[in-house]
This record gives sequence, structure tokens and C-alpha cells, in this order.
Amino acid sequence: MMRFLLRRTVTMLLTLVAISALVFIIINLPPGNYVTNQIAEMRSSGEAAGIERAAALIREHSLDRPLWEQYLIWVGFAPGPNGFNGLLQGNLGWSFELGRPVAEVVGETAGLTVIVNLAALMFVYLVALPLGTIAAVRANTWIDYLASLVGYIGLATPNFLLALIMLFYGARHFDIPIGGLMAREYEGEPMSWGKFVSILTHLIVPTIVIGTSAAAAVMRRLRANLMDELNKPYVETAKAKGVPPVTRVVRYPLRMALNPFVADIGNLAPQLVSGSVMISVVMSLPTLGPILLQSLRSQDIFMSGFVLLFVSGLTLLGMLISDILLAVLDPRIRLAGREGA
Amino acid sequence: MLRPCFLPRNGLALLVAACTIGTSSVGSVMRQTPLLKVEGLSICFGLPGASIEVVSDVSFELHPGRMLALVGESGSGKTLTGKAVMGLLPRGARVSRGRVLLDRPDGPIDVLRQSPAALRQIRGAQVSMIFQEPMSAFSALHTVGAQISEVLRVHGLCNAAEARRRSLAMLAEVGCPDAERAYSAYPFELSGGLRQRAMIAMAMIGAPRLVIADEPTTALDVTTQAVVLDLLRRVSRDHGLATLLITHDLGVVANMADDVVVLRRGAVVERGPAADVLTTPGHAYTRRLIAAAPRVPDAIAVHAPPARDDILFVEGLSKTYPGRRRGFGRAAAPVHALSNFAMRLERGRTVAVVGESGSGKSTVAKLVLRAERPDPGATIRFDPREGQPMDVASLSGTRLTEFRRKAQMVFQDPFAALSPRMSVQDILTEPLVVHDIGTRAERREQAAALMARVGLSPDHLGRFPHAFSGGQRQRIAIARALALEPELLVLDEPTSALDVSVQAEVLELMLELGAEMGLSYLFISHNLAVVAALADHVMVMRRGRVVEEGAPDCIFNDPRHPYTRALIAASPEPDMHRRLDLAAVAAGAGEPDTWPEPFGYAGETAPELVEVAPGHRVRRAA
Repeated sequence: MMRFLLRRTVTMLLTLVAISALVFIIINLPPGNYVTNQIAEMRSSGEAAGIERAAALIREHSLDRPLWEQYLIWVGFAPGPNGFNGLLQGNLGWSFELGRPVAEVVGETAGLTVIVNLAALMFVYLVALPLGTIAAVRANTWIDYLASLVGYIGLATPNFLLALIMLFYGARHFDIPIGGLMAREYEGEPMSWGKFVSILTHLIVPTIVIGTSAAAAVMRRLRANLMDELNKPYVETAKAKGVPPVTRVVRYPLRMALNPFVADIGNLAPQLVSGSVMISVVMSLPTLGPILLQSLRSQDIFMSGFVLLFVSGLTLLGMLISDILLAVLDPRIRLAGREGA
Repeated sequence: MLRPCFLPRNGLALLVAACTIGTSSVGSVMRQTPLLKVEGLSICFGLPGASIEVVSDVSFELHPGRMLALVGESGSGKTLTGKAVMGLLPRGARVSRGRVLLDRPDGPIDVLRQSPAALRQIRGAQVSMIFQEPMSAFSALHTVGAQISEVLRVHGLCNAAEARRRSLAMLAEVGCPDAERAYSAYPFELSGGLRQRAMIAMAMIGAPRLVIADEPTTALDVTTQAVVLDLLRRVSRDHGLATLLITHDLGVVANMADDVVVLRRGAVVERGPAADVLTTPGHAYTRRLIAAAPRVPDAIAVHAPPARDDILFVEGLSKTYPGRRRGFGRAAAPVHALSNFAMRLERGRTVAVVGESGSGKSTVAKLVLRAERPDPGATIRFDPREGQPMDVASLSGTRLTEFRRKAQMVFQDPFAALSPRMSVQDILTEPLVVHDIGTRAERREQAAALMARVGLSPDHLGRFPHAFSGGQRQRIAIARALALEPELLVLDEPTSALDVSVQAEVLELMLELGAEMGLSYLFISHNLAVVAALADHVMVMRRGRVVEEGAPDCIFNDPRHPYTRALIAASPEPDMHRRLDLAAVAAGAGEPDTWPEPFGYAGETAPELVEVAPGHRVRRAA
């Protein structure tokens, strides 16, 4: 098991390096970047001083070097003007558009993004697994139809609409705060109990809004998977042993039907980040989605580069977790190749 | 329905059975109350009013210590009847009439009218079940031990430590050589035979009084089947169980059962003590079943040595699969699926390759048809009637296409081999379209001719495969193989998915077609008895090597190799006087290194084939 973990971790790190190269190439594919665009604009308006400052920026961030050198400097494999000073050394780069270090802009946002997505993920599984299971076991009864109806509504309602409706009624009837992820006074403050509670109450609506459609999809798939498994001979075996119904379903077919969802954890991360852009805008959530969108549009390369890499890293981490979980849950995966070793 | 015409016979058979049992030496059994009494059981599918009766008025009694066999072909309702006894009917099936009385200390209860909770008390503890396919009947996610001891825990019979101890003891009792290992293993880590032993242990652990064994050995190799059947008989005798054996195989019945109930289309056609039913069957259907059952022949006419005209000549054929590479580590040892195989097939003749799973027989089929490439150094010469001989191992491009027209394959499972979305017309003309032969009208004509040739009506060309029975589908698959007018047919277990009575018909058809069209057959099978009628030359394989080959009369009348003897001894036959010879099975069924001198060998150090009589060769040290 230790060897398995080690091997997977090494593979993951190598993949991350490959992704970083890919990300860097892709963000540099469109001609120009934020600084060169700026220079061109200033040239046309004749601002000589600004041009000088921009040229200095270019030199400082080695944007005048060949692309592969830029990449090595960005990651921190090669020395730049200030020596080794890249991602590996903890320097996340400079946001030209905002004139601030990327770390400062992204800082708390990245953490909050992870929190929002984790909450949404837990919501998805907590809602979808029981509902999907009940729908499968009681297939074609009113419970199944009700669960399906809720699921279809969840799938079919546009998320931003759901967000607006929930914010409106939430604020009106349950005194749930509108917008943002914490009350104004806690912004930029260090973590405290009050801030924690504030974040929790602000999380309720975004979690439900982001998670609903994913939960509906997972529920429909679990129902289909589980219904296949329920007809397998090993379920009949359990029945013939006199195992009571709930144990029978949970211990055998449900475990079997869960595999694809465990394997999906890695894929959910990027979906949730990119999928929640519109909701983040509507609900003014300080998450990475809107930042990524803005930096891509303004060709703020270090900013978009880091955010893309961060999301890829989350995905890889999710995949590592799902691989480990799968190995723990399914002996067929854990023991593959044990014979003949 | 045919049911009404059976009714009087039922009555008669009942009367006869009652008389024979009453007058026989087991008369004392009759005075006991039966453990299981099924009375007039009828099972329907579908809603009331629009339902189809699939089991009609089935009655039988089962006494403690006896084994009763429910025999029938697919669709006879034998499995449904067995499941009804446990209240395990599938969704949509419903008991419309009858009672299933199970004897309890406080009087008999009707299983069909119990609450779910009461049923759970009975299942596993009073009545248990052995399933056909242990691989799928065990959960792959739990250890065998956990699944066995679960029975004890579910019924609250003992604590965890005691459950483990009892499970280990039971695993040892059913003959697991290393009970600890079997206990902590996952089902897929055990061999087929061990899995079925574990299944029997799981059925026995709750100390039931009635065990229902649903085709308990059908999924196993012949030699394994013999050993497991013996185990089942021993266990049920030792524990004084009543056993309900559900099977299609009259050979198994002859070896196991005390009493027999023969079912056909859901109705009882005959019943009685096994000896009487098998030796003097009263019903025509039973007689037909017995006649159709494959058996190892006692004497076979010696074939005249023919002139040499080989359509297929194979030499030095090997296939090695590389060991699975695991991550960055070294690859596992390569697997020798087939080692130095040689054969010749004369034009118009049949060579049978016989072996159990893992013997390499299917690899032979794949290599000969070039579905896979053999290891370098092999010779596969195919000599068509017209044109140049081909070296199949190195064919490519148009020559390979040409070869594939001349050599066709018939697969084991006619349900999987025919696309459910294509009409029979499309299925039969597709090979012609692929090879660009004939016009539309000509193809259509040929499809009709093919249907007639395999004994089906050309009027049915527009139908889809699901409208045909298993045997008819296999006929369609054969017709498809014949569409390109091949000279060589490779038959991969063509009858093992079929009912016995249908099996015989399909074999008959193969014989006719072979004679009519001058076909040469390479017949791959796990069943020695099936090939006996068809083959001119039999090759017995084990672990990638031919261990014995020769004309059928040599193989069946004078088997020399311990493995061949084990195969013959393990084939169950519907003959009360020919019981399975377990000593012979035990001597030959193991791995090559357990064979006695001079046959045994270890690893890759196999001895050569030695000619012991003209055309009869055995692998042994000279």
C-alpha cells in the first residue's frame, strides 16, 4: 500500500509539471499579454512615461526572453533577474492588471474557493446518495417518482435563477444574509469564531445552489447503477442467507454501485470551479471563478496561469484521493496483480 | 398449452412412484413426515388476468437424508420451483396456487404465507441455497470468510470470534486445503473449485435442514465437478440433510439423487426413484433426454487410415503472453498459453481439441484463424482445394482476407454472437457484403438457401434473433459461417450453451453439413463425451500442452495418460451403474507435477509425445 501511495504521488507530481508547461503555453498562445497591450495603447495615446514604466516591467518579469526561458523562470527552475524566484520558491507572480502580487489577490480567495467547493461536494453526496438509493430500491413507486421530480427540477432550473430565488426567500424568511461569504466587518480579518460562524451562514445558499444540479445528476446515475446491481446474483445470495433488507442493500450492491462516484471526485473539482463562475458573480462570492475569467480576458498571464495551475492541482489531488479510496473500497483494484508477484 | 394432456400421466406416474417407493426397502421413510412438501405449486408471470403460467401444478415430497433432483431443460421451471421454496421468486413472478410446507418442530408451516421477517428466520438457518456461479454469487468486495460468517451473525447464532472459528472449521470440512487462506481471500483469488467449496460451506454454516443446490456444478470443469459432487453427497449424508438438486444433467442425477422429478415446460412429466426413472423411463420425454445425453462410448469402430491430404498442417505453434507490467516495476513472468502445438487436419475430417479452462484449447482456435499472431517459428499451412497453400502465420493483406473467406468460426454462445439489432437476412448477407460477393438479389437468394440448409424456414429471414430458441440461433450462426462457402470451420464449444436435446440435433446437423459440403472441422470442446460422436482424431490438452492424442477408439478404449483417464472418469452419465470414479479423477486432475511417473513434470520441462500405438501418442518420459 505504501508503495502504491508513493508511486501515485510521484506520478501526480510529474503530471503537475507537465500541466504547468501546458498551461504556460496555452496562456501565451494568443498574441501579446496585458503589458504589451498596455504599451500599444499608450503608444497610440503618446504617453512616453508610461511606456518606460511598462518596458521596465517587461524586463523585470523576463517577458523579453524566449518562451521556454520564461516558463523555467516562472516555475523557478531557472534564475530570473532576481535569481531563482518562481512558483517553487513561493512567488506566485505579479498581477499586471491589479498591480499587486498574485499571492495577495488570490490568498484568501483560494482557501474560500476550496471551502465552498468542499461544502458543495459534501452536499452533493449527502443528498444524492440516500435519495438515489431510495429511488433505486423503491423503483417505480411514488418515492422514486418524487425523487426523480426533485432531481429533474434541480437539473433543469438555471443556477443563477435558483440563486436569486433562494437569496430572496432566504433573506425574507430565515434571515439568511445576502451575497458574499462573510459579513463586511470580517473581511481581511484573521480567523475568529465570529468570522467562522459568519462564513457558515453565508455558505448555506451557495452550497445548495452550486450542488443542486450536480446532486440531481449523481442521483439519477446512482439510481441506474444500483438498479443494475440489485439484480446481481450476490444480492440474491445475501437474501438467501437471511440478511435483513437495509443491511443487504447497503453492504453489498450500494458499495458496488459507488465505485464510479468515488472515481469521479477528481473530475468534480474543475466542474465546480468553472461551473460556479456565474453563481459567484450573481452572489458576489469571492471565489476563483470570476478572477480567472477576468484575468483571461485581460491576458494577465501570471494571474490566469496560477489560477489554472491551482485548479489542475485540485483536480489531481481529487484524483489521488479517489484512487486511494477506490483501493480501500475495492479489493479487486487493491489486489490487481498480486498473484504472480 | 400442453399441460392438460400431461395430467392423466401425472396421476399415473404418481401412483407408480408411490407403489415403487412403498414396496421398496425405504418404506420406513414414508412413515416419517416429509421435511418439505410441495403441493400443487403453480407460478405465473405478469398481472392477474393476463399472466402466463410457467410452473403448473408441481408436487413433490422430500424427506430428511434424501436427495431429490428436479431435472429439466431451460424453461422447464426447475429453478423457479427451487426459488419458490425459499420465497425467493424474482420480481414479476407470483405463486398463483399451491403450498410449500416446511416441517418445523411445532408443525409444518407454509413458506409462501410467511411474513418477510419470518422468512428471514428460515433462510440461511433452516433452508439454504447453493448457487450455480460462485464467482457472481459471492460479493467481490468482501472476503469469503466475512460472507460465510455473516450467516451466523445475521441469525445471532454466536459472537464474532466463535463465528470465525466455526467458519474455519466448516471451510476445512468442505476440503479447503488452507482454511485460513480461504477465509481471508476474496472470491476472485480462489480457483473455481475452491469457490464452489466455499459456497457449500456458506450454505452449511447455519446448520440448515434443507439445502437447495441450483446447478451447483454446471459452471465447473468436468474433473472439478466430479470432486464437488462427491463433496456435496458426503456433506449432505454426514449432516443428514434433505437436498433439492436442480440440474439439467441426467449424468449428475444418476450419480447423486435418490429420487427424480422430471419437469417439462413447467409441468411434471415423470417422477420416481432415480434408479427406476433412469433405467426404465416411463415418459417419452425422459427417454429422449436420456438418449440425448452425451456419453463416453464403450466401443468405437476403428477408422480406416485415410490417404494424406491435409487441409491444415500446424507445427511448432506456441503463444506466450508477456507478464503484466506493474508500474515502474519489473514485469511478471510470461505466461505460456500454448507450447509447441502440432496437428494435422485431413480434408473432410474432424479434429477435436479437448481440455478444461486454461488448457490452451481456445488459444489454438485463435492462432489457427490468425485472430492473434503466434510466437515466431510456427508453421500453419492451410491448403485450399484451389490455389496455392498459404502460410497462415505470415499472411497479410488480400491473402489474409482470402484465407478468412475459407476458414470460418462458430462461437459458443449463440445469444451473444448474433447482433440483436440485425434481422436474420442481414446477419446472413453481411459476410457477403463485407467480401463484396454477388448482387443484392443473389445475396438474398443465398440467404434463403442457407436457411433451408440448416433446417430453418426461409420465411423467417425477416425475423430478429430474439424470436428464435437457442438451438435455432446456433443454426443461424452456423448458416452465417457457411455463407462464404468455407472449407474449414473452427467450432468453439458450439453446443455447450444449449440444452442436451438440442445439443444432439446441432451435432447431427454439423455431421450432415460436413459430409454434404466437404467441410473440415476443428472442434474445440471441454467435454470429451460430446466430441466422441464427431471426431476422427482427438487431442487432449492440459496447461498449454497436448497430453494425449489419437483416434477416438484409442482415447476412449485405451486411455494411457492419467489426465485423459480423469476426464473420462469425471464425465457424468445417466447410468446408475457407472458412478464417477473419484480415484481416477484424483490421480489425473491435478497439476502436471502431481501426475505419477512417467507422466509428471514440473514447469516447462515437459517430456515429448511418445507413440504408443499407430497414431496414438502420449506425453510421457520415454
